[in-house]
Amino acid sequence: MQLESMYQEIILDHYRDPHGRGLREPYDGESHQVNPTCGDEVTLRVHLDGDVVQDVSYDGLGCSISQASQSVLHDLVVGKPVPQALAIGADFLTLLQSKGDPDVAESMEESLDDAVAFVGVGKYPARIKCALLGWMALKDALGQARIIESGGRDE
Amino acid sequence: MSVETTFSAAFDVEAVRKDFPILERTVRNGRRLVYLDSGATSQRPRQTMDAEREYYERHNAAVHRGAHQLAEEATDLYESARERIGAFVGSPGNEIVFTKNSTESINLVAYSMSNAATSGAAAARFVVGPGDEVVVTEMEHHANLLPWQMLCQRTGATLKWFGLTDDGRLDLSDVDGVITERTKVVALVHQSNILGTVNPLEQITRRAHEVGALVVLDAAQSVPHMPVDVRDLGVDFLVFSGHKMLGPSGIGVLWGRHDLLDAMPPFLTGGSMIEVVRMEGSTFAPPPQRFEAGVPMTAQAIGLGAAVDYLSALGMSAVAEHERELTAYALEALQQRLRGVRIIGPTDTVARGGAVSFVVDGIHPHDVGQVLDDQGIAVRVGHHCAWPVVRRYGVPATTRATFYIYNDTSDVDALVAGVEHAQRFFGVA
Repeated sequence: MQLESMYQEIILDHYRDPHGRGLREPYDGESHQVNPTCGDEVTLRVHLDGDVVQDVSYDGLGCSISQASQSVLHDLVVGKPVPQALAIGADFLTLLQSKGDPDVAESMEESLDDAVAFVGVGKYPARIKCALLGWMALKDALGQARIIESGGRDE
Repeated sequence: MSVETTFSAAFDVEAVRKDFPILERTVRNGRRLVYLDSGATSQRPRQTMDAEREYYERHNAAVHRGAHQLAEEATDLYESARERIGAFVGSPGNEIVFTKNSTESINLVAYSMSNAATSGAAAARFVVGPGDEVVVTEMEHHANLLPWQMLCQRTGATLKWFGLTDDGRLDLSDVDGVITERTKVVALVHQSNILGTVNPLEQITRRAHEVGALVVLDAAQSVPHMPVDVRDLGVDFLVFSGHKMLGPSGIGVLWGRHDLLDAMPPFLTGGSMIEVVRMEGSTFAPPPQRFEAGVPMTAQAIGLGAAVDYLSALGMSAVAEHERELTAYALEALQQRLRGVRIIGPTDTVARGGAVSFVVDGIHPHDVGQVLDDQGIAVRVGHHCAWPVVRRYGVPATTRATFYIYNDTSDVDALVAGVEHAQRFFGVA
């Protein structure tokens, strides 16, 4: 039974009881991402206070992996400076691309905390995109927020 | 249970299974492969693979070229496959155009229609422009939707469609209002790849022909599963794919009425499809060669010829009956033996084929598919390239099981047990 290697209890907990779900105001950047192979979608907003991510709010449709990943994202990124949030996102991508390598997971425990539980998803190529959907939205929303912010400063 | 599993099918499923080497392998740590994804692509029997191998080992050459013995043999095999594939759907060979798949066949018609505007008087009946209408249905696979959306975009025509009823059928309450004097093409699916619905054609073809519109039928999910005779259907074009009916990938068919193919301008141009070529301009070969530019998929056509021989030997009526019984068994099992499972599409076997889509309360289809995969059960999850359909029924996606000649009730029982397992795993039952 390999199922548990993907659906670790931490993932199922986040799926059943997602953290920070729902779209909130105010926000500085918003992104809508769709997985065209399955139709899953997410809308994700970021609210910045200076360089710090003040809030991440999100809503959408998707499988347990995508929903749990967005919940974990919320926990990891809120309160962090933008460069650190992006670095966490890069680590998460590396974890998912490691084909389930436990050494990679171990080396990222500090950065990713609960999110290392997603290492097993990397063994299932069709599901990697599910786990990354929210993180793609985060990157896009942060990019938009900073464009808006710098635009604001120029005025 | 033994009574329920005794079928009246006219062929022996166990014997059929022995022709499919892939069904002997195991998946996911030694589990028996339960293949319920033939709607996406079927498995291939040894006979198909042997035909391709023998062609490459003994006869390989470029068809319709060259004066040598191999070229003659290759051409004979290729054209013999065309005749047999035509006969399989009640057509002479010269109405069978080989393409890559159904998708390419539909694009061929759509692009030929937009080429018609610059192809002279003979092609006039294919011209589509502003003020004209193209009619599809909300049930279409993207392959029979996007080519028509794009044709409308290129030509300025307007796309219209038949909606769906809550029970998974076409809403035909206003056929005369949807198909009008402005309609040039009506393109629809014969058997839905996601709902399983088999559409009634008579009312639509009668109205279409009354207003002078052409009818294009997407038969990708019907030709593999039931007897189809192009003359009985009353349509003008019909398409299907080899890989869904025991044939190789990369080979499909466009059937068209000969008078239409004869007047239709080409889509892809180049070698093989010409009559006379001069620097100043060229003329084209008669159909079907006009629509087969370049060296064709020869081994694949020959493999598809072997596949239709295989299906013909079983008998398509027997194939359809086998699938009807299996579908009835599956619909009953999913609805009666399980709680929280909803069928998306007709819930009985009336005018319905063997594509069974369902949603499980509280579990996303991706997760259902993952749990099934862990038990060796291959299904498809997602929108099945028919995104408007899942949107119409208010679900993000479905889990879909599809049946074919090598499936039996033990596969359905495995599916039901797998869904139960998913419900336990996710704590919803």
